[in-house]
Amino acid sequence: MANKRAVRNRSPRLLDRPGIWFNHHLQSIIATLGRLMDTPLPTGMTIAVIGISLSLPASLYVMTENLRTMAGGWDQSAAVSLFLKLETSDKDAEKVAARLRAWPEISQVHLIKRDQALAEFRALGGFEEALEQLKSNPLPVVLAIYPNHFNASPENLERLRIRLLNLPESDFARMDTLWLKRFQAILDLVQSASMLLGGLLGLGVLLIVGNTIRLEILNRRIEIEIMELVGATHAFIRRPFLYTGAWYGLLGGLTAWLLVSIAVLLLQRPVSRLATLYRSEFDLSGLGLSATGVILGGSILLGLIGSWVAVNRHLETSELS
Amino acid sequence: MIRFEHVFKRYPERGEALSDIGFEMSPGEMVFLTGHSGAGKSTLLRLIGLLERPSRGKIFVNGRNLASMPRRQIPFHRRQVGMIFQDHRLLPDRSVFDNVALPLVVMGLGHKEIGRRVRAALDQVGLLKRERATPVALSGGEQQRVGIARAVVARPPVLLADEPTGNLDPDLSREIFVLFERFHYVGVTLLIATHDLNLVSSMRHRTITLDEGRVVDDSGDW
Ligand SMILES: Nc1ncnc2c1ncn2[C@@H]1O[C@H](COP(=O)(O)OP(=O)(O)OP(=O)(O)O)[C@@H](O)[C@H]1O
Ligand SMILES: [Mg+2]
Repeated sequence: MANKRAVRNRSPRLLDRPGIWFNHHLQSIIATLGRLMDTPLPTGMTIAVIGISLSLPASLYVMTENLRTMAGGWDQSAAVSLFLKLETSDKDAEKVAARLRAWPEISQVHLIKRDQALAEFRALGGFEEALEQLKSNPLPVVLAIYPNHFNASPENLERLRIRLLNLPESDFARMDTLWLKRFQAILDLVQSASMLLGGLLGLGVLLIVGNTIRLEILNRRIEIEIMELVGATHAFIRRPFLYTGAWYGLLGGLTAWLLVSIAVLLLQRPVSRLATLYRSEFDLSGLGLSATGVILGGSILLGLIGSWVAVNRHLETSELS
Repeated sequence: MIRFEHVFKRYPERGEALSDIGFEMSPGEMVFLTGHSGAGKSTLLRLIGLLERPSRGKIFVNGRNLASMPRRQIPFHRRQVGMIFQDHRLLPDRSVFDNVALPLVVMGLGHKEIGRRVRAALDQVGLLKRERATPVALSGGEQQRVGIARAVVARPPVLLADEPTGNLDPDLSREIFVLFERFHYVGVTLLIATHDLNLVSSMRHRTITLDEGRVVDDSGDW
C-alpha cells in the first residue's frame, strides 16, 4: 500500500499543476523554434517547399474570387433588350417604358427611339446604300431594360424576359446572359479544380513534413531511446516533434500568404490599367481574413498530422515499447 | 520486490535465452547476477525494465505483474526502475547536468526541483563540480558515475546495473561497487549483473548464477 502511494507521488499528475504544465509547453514551443533556427538552410528549404505548394491553390482561389467580383459587376450591367413591334410609335413606347419603370424587378428603362436607332446604325457605317433603298425606317423602338441587380440571378432574368415578351407591344426580347452563365460555370470548374489541387498539394505538404520529421527522428533516435529508457511517455516524446511540425506548417502557410500577397501587389497596377481601358474601376483583392485563416489553420493542421504520423510510426516500431 | 515465476524468454533466431527462471528478491536486497557470456544476464535485466516481454511466466515488480501491464503504463513502471548500462547510454552533446536531469524532465518536474535533485545526485557520485562538462570530456569511470546519478536521481526503489564496471580498472570498479552499497544501505533494491567474480566474492552479497539461461546457483541471503 505504501509502495502504491509512492508510485502515485512519483508519477506526475500534470493537470494538477497547470502552471508547470503550461510552462513546459511554452518552453517546448520556443525550444523547437530555436532548433529550427539552428539549421536555417534545410529549415528554410522545407518551409519554401511548403509555401510554394500552398501558394498554388491559394493564388488560384484569389484569381477566381477576383473574376467572380468582376463578373458580379457585369451582372449589374446585364440588360434585356426589348424590341417592340414595328408599328409601335415612339409615343406608345414612352407609355410602355413608363409602365415598366414601375415594376419592382426593373431599376432603369432606357428608350432608344426609331430615328435614334437608325442614326446609330448609320454611324456604324457600311450600310448607307442598303438603307437608301428602304423607304421607311426598318428599325423598331428598343427598350434597354436594366434589372434590379439585387435579384439579377440568371433564373430571375429569364423570368423577367418571359414576362416582357408577353407584353402586347413586344416583338422579342434578347438577353446577353448566356455567356455570363458559361463564364460562371467555368469559374465554378476552376474553383473545384483548385480545391482538388489544394487537396493534392496538401497531401504533398503532409508528406514533406512527415518526411522531414522522420529524418529528424532518425537523427535523434538515440536520444529518443534514452528518453524511453528513463520513462518518457509517448506523449512527451511526441510533443517537440508535433510543435516542430506545427512550426513548419505555420511558417509554410505564412510563406504562401506572402507569395500570394506579393503577386497581388505586383498585378494591382496592370489590372487597374486594364480596367480603365474598359472604362471601369477594378481593384484586385488579395487573400481575405477568412481565406488567410483557412490557409494558416490548414497548414498548421497538415504539419501536425504529418509529424504525428511520423512519430507514431517510429514509436510503434521501437523495440522498447 | 522482484519475483520471477517460471519465466522463459525465447528468441526465434536462437531458441531459449532464459528457461524456467524463478527467484525472489525482498525490498532493499542487493543481489549479484553472474554467469558466462551469453548466459542470459542482460536478458533477465531487460525483462525487469520491460525493455522486453517474457515469452512465458510471470514477473512481479513492486507487487505488479508486468505481463498484464498495459503499454501506456510502461513509462511509469520504468520510473520505478533505475537502469545502469555498461556503455553508459549518455547523450554526448548534452552536459552532465542535462543528462542526469533527463528522468526528472520526463516526469515534468519544475526547474527548481530538478536543479535541487540533480545536484543531490551528482553530489552522491562525487561529480558535483563537473555538471557543466559534456560526457566526452569525462573518463570512463566518471561517465559511469554520471549514468548512476541519472539512474538514482528520481529515487527509484529498484536499481538494475548491467556490467557497470565492464570497462573499468579494479580500483574504479571497487569505487562503483562501494557506491552501490551506499544505495543498498538506504533501502534501494539492487540487482547487478557482473563478470567481476573477485569483487563479488569480496562483497558478500547474495549471488545468483546463470548458465545457459537457467539458475544454477543461488547463494541465498547473507
Ligand atoms: N535481441 C536478441 N535476439 C536474439 N537473441 C538474443 C537477443 N538478445 C540476446 N540474445 C541471445 O540470448 C542469449 C543471452 O544473451 P544475454 O545478452 O542475456 O547474455 P549475457 O549473459 O548478458 O552475456 P554477456 O555477459 O556477454 O553480456 C545470448 O545467446 C544472445 O545471443
Ligand atoms: Mg550482457
